[in-house]
Amino acid sequence: MILSQKITSYPGHEITPEDVKAGKYLDLVYKFEPKYSWAAGVAISRFLAELKEGRIIARKCMNCERILVPPRMYCEQCFRPTDEWVEIKDTGTINTYSISHVGTDARRLKTPILVAVVDLDGATPGMGILHNLGEVEPSKIKVGMKVKAVWKSSSERQGAITDIRYFRPIGEE
Amino acid sequence: MKNRVAIVGAGMTLFRRRMLESPKELSFEATRMALDSAGLELKDIQSVVSGSAPDAFDGMHMKGEYLLDGMGGIGKPNQRVYVGGGTGVFTPIGGFWNVASGMYDTCLCVAEEKMSPLHPHPQYAFWSIFDQILERPLGTTLLWIFSLEMRRYMHKYGIKEEEIASVAVKNKGNAVDHPCAQLGAKITVDDVMNSEPICWPVKRLDVSPPSDGAAAVVLATEKVAKKLTDQPVWLDGVGWTLDSTHWTNRDLAYPEYVEKAAWMAYKMAGIKKPRKEIDIAEVYDPFDYKELHHMEGLQLAGKGEAAKMAVDGVTQRDGDLPVCPSGGLLGVGNPIAAAGMMKICEVFWQLRGEAGKRQVKKDARTGLAQAWGDLMQVGTVAVMRS
Amino acid sequence: MPLRIGIVGVGYSGFDSMTPGLSTRELMFEAATRAYEDAGVDPRKDVQSFVCCTEDFWEGISITDEYMPDQLGAVLKPLCTISSDGIVGLATACMHIMSGIADVVVVESHSKISDVVNPDEISSFALDPIYDHHVSADPRFVAGLEMARYLKETATKREYCAQVAVKNKKNALLNPRGVHGANLDKKAVLNSKVASSPLTELESSKTIDGGIVFVLASAQKAKKLGNHTVWINGIGWSSDTPWLEDRDMARAVYAEQSAARAYKMAGVRNPATYFDLAEVDDTYSYKELQSLEALKLATKGKAGKMVESGTFDRDGRLPVNASGGSLGVGHLLEATGLHRVLEAVLQLRGQAGRLQIQRAKKAVVQSWRGIPTATGAVAVLGN
Repeated sequence: MILSQKITSYPGHEITPEDVKAGKYLDLVYKFEPKYSWAAGVAISRFLAELKEGRIIARKCMNCERILVPPRMYCEQCFRPTDEWVEIKDTGTINTYSISHVGTDARRLKTPILVAVVDLDGATPGMGILHNLGEVEPSKIKVGMKVKAVWKSSSERQGAITDIRYFRPIGEE
Repeated sequence: MKNRVAIVGAGMTLFRRRMLESPKELSFEATRMALDSAGLELKDIQSVVSGSAPDAFDGMHMKGEYLLDGMGGIGKPNQRVYVGGGTGVFTPIGGFWNVASGMYDTCLCVAEEKMSPLHPHPQYAFWSIFDQILERPLGTTLLWIFSLEMRRYMHKYGIKEEEIASVAVKNKGNAVDHPCAQLGAKITVDDVMNSEPICWPVKRLDVSPPSDGAAAVVLATEKVAKKLTDQPVWLDGVGWTLDSTHWTNRDLAYPEYVEKAAWMAYKMAGIKKPRKEIDIAEVYDPFDYKELHHMEGLQLAGKGEAAKMAVDGVTQRDGDLPVCPSGGLLGVGNPIAAAGMMKICEVFWQLRGEAGKRQVKKDARTGLAQAWGDLMQVGTVAVMRS
Repeated sequence: MPLRIGIVGVGYSGFDSMTPGLSTRELMFEAATRAYEDAGVDPRKDVQSFVCCTEDFWEGISITDEYMPDQLGAVLKPLCTISSDGIVGLATACMHIMSGIADVVVVESHSKISDVVNPDEISSFALDPIYDHHVSADPRFVAGLEMARYLKETATKREYCAQVAVKNKKNALLNPRGVHGANLDKKAVLNSKVASSPLTELESSKTIDGGIVFVLASAQKAKKLGNHTVWINGIGWSSDTPWLEDRDMARAVYAEQSAARAYKMAGVRNPATYFDLAEVDDTYSYKELQSLEALKLATKGKAGKMVESGTFDRDGRLPVNASGGSLGVGHLLEATGLHRVLEAVLQLRGQAGRLQIQRAKKAVVQSWRGIPTATGAVAVLGN
């Protein structure tokens, strides 16, 4: 087994988990916590404010006539400012979905998370957002299924994407 | 083009889950090997292009600066080029413009990734690739976008998980012949199907592993190259493209950004019929379905038709269009930027007929390496000729 | 023959301590829109390559280029990140044009430092993780080390450094972008709080928000775009060793190397008399002195004295940081180099308003990536 006929040695030394546990090699542990306080900007600030009210808002570009969600103040296709706010529906269609058995740090979850890209009604077809699914058996989820947002109560909502708990199926329509 | 660009040397380290060498040391090992194989010393190098994916892996801010001495960059003009997972193939593209422009005669291109320092798991770094306001609060993992894209791809073209699994079988099998490989193994489609679901439809054996490693190539002008070797490999076409940030607004079944990047590179290399003119392809395969998805974007297969090619053996080493003869990321390992560069190295060795047991059966004259990255967004493509 | 790449459009936004009303992307959109208008280009049709200069931890995003294309008009086009100062981005654009990859290239960089809660920790995180990270001091300890060594080796008087801050902050009072302009005397600068001895707070530039976009074109294309092209005639960039302990702390070696390459390309033989203005690194007061010597605009060890005598004042023989530089305007992270180029371009176009230096035809611009790097770049510009 060779890399190339002209190369005969392969540099590098592997360390096994056992080596690490046995303290065979030195390492240095530290925690780094960069902290940010992001300016959400014009478009997303309004989007979040509307979520708090239980509504989903989009932006329309009068040039290409697309209704964009998540909203942005510029149309990336036409490269011009978008023109107006449009309230869209909290129902939509599953564009694609997945059943996640691992969390953010790759640890195994007891209960899988259901995730989907949901194309929202009222926006230009194909305009989806990422969110979770709920109130559904994982094996019953289908691409093309109609779903509706399940909102937190108005007192619980704080102007965040998680003001929508998840989307649930609403049967064939 | 001012100068035709040649690759005159290549090198790489072992790819492993955890390596003793520091990021600088890994870079040094790959760089030294590339220089040795080109018959050059550092003093002969005029500029350096470095590649490494998120700083969060190695665990430092401004990683490119830290890596510099390992990459031979002290006192030289250095650019760290960066397009997420596409960085590996993009690093020699950065070298390409250093040399093609006439700015420099020789350029060292080094890609490094040490993913093991991040705890508890390298995957955690990927959380911060998502939109901080709209997506991170949902507990996102990188696996989500892959599994969502895979599901959409399967849905649109009616592709079966078993067909996709055949890619993992092929690539891990190919990697058995790669001396640096992390996960070379003879496995079956059933093994893939029975491996634990991580993020369905993605299962354990559909995924490439996190790794530590480095790889490097040396580029030179035609004039310099002809003095060094009678077997230069020409970097004749390069292309890259980024799609919109709004990945949930896109057609996930087809990578248009790869198509655009490919045509940029094909046009530069004078390729009109890629399926006929490309002899071997190192297509980006961090997940098995990705190889198929990318083959379609690269115009090496019709839309929805790559799976059949994989199942029919067309993409095997002895097939009509060998894909990932190295073993790919699935088999050799996936130290992000270094993995893309490994693909460049493999095409280099294949086109020189030096790949030993990995050598493809057909007479390969034109090869391609491609990588992908970001939020389902970047295509980077390099076309090489012997 | 000197390099000849045209700067055909510039645009900027922000230049404020905070920009809470706009997201990073919206800030970039503003700057880009102005730059395209200035150049008379449509990014969707006329631009073949986009280059952004960013670092992930300044953005709080891994793989920042993900969030770049839309607001630059770069969707489904070649766009990439160069993790370096904006002038290295300009160099990248030059090479794209020279190699025939593109006729028109956009270069962008920005600072949204007001989004970052603990910037000092991020800077410290760039120190060598094994050897230097344990120094739990304000990262400006590196500047303190350099400054002390520079003062000792060149026998420069301490107050000459203070004079740099006095000059630049005063210049910035005339600059609409001059967030940190002030009318101070040397005593006030020297008596301000010690940042890392001998460096004081008023000798340290303060970070601000801003976005800057440039449109570059080949010589042929530039003839058709705009009517105020400024030419890049030479460009160089370089890095000294990443090991703090190995560096010659008294010198800006990276700037010497960058300048040598840029001057050679532009055919500059006597830099001390060649230029009409200079915008050079003044992230910290002593850096301007170090840089002037590295650029051969002052003889070694004499820069301080020349600053003191007014050689580099707005009305002096060679105005240096007539814009106010980073000390007077503010520091823009990786966009700092582009800021310096912006100020020089406005001067060479004759659009610098109250800052205008008469008959300005040739400029040198130099930047440094900041602590703990030894990386910098130099550009030679002409109109």
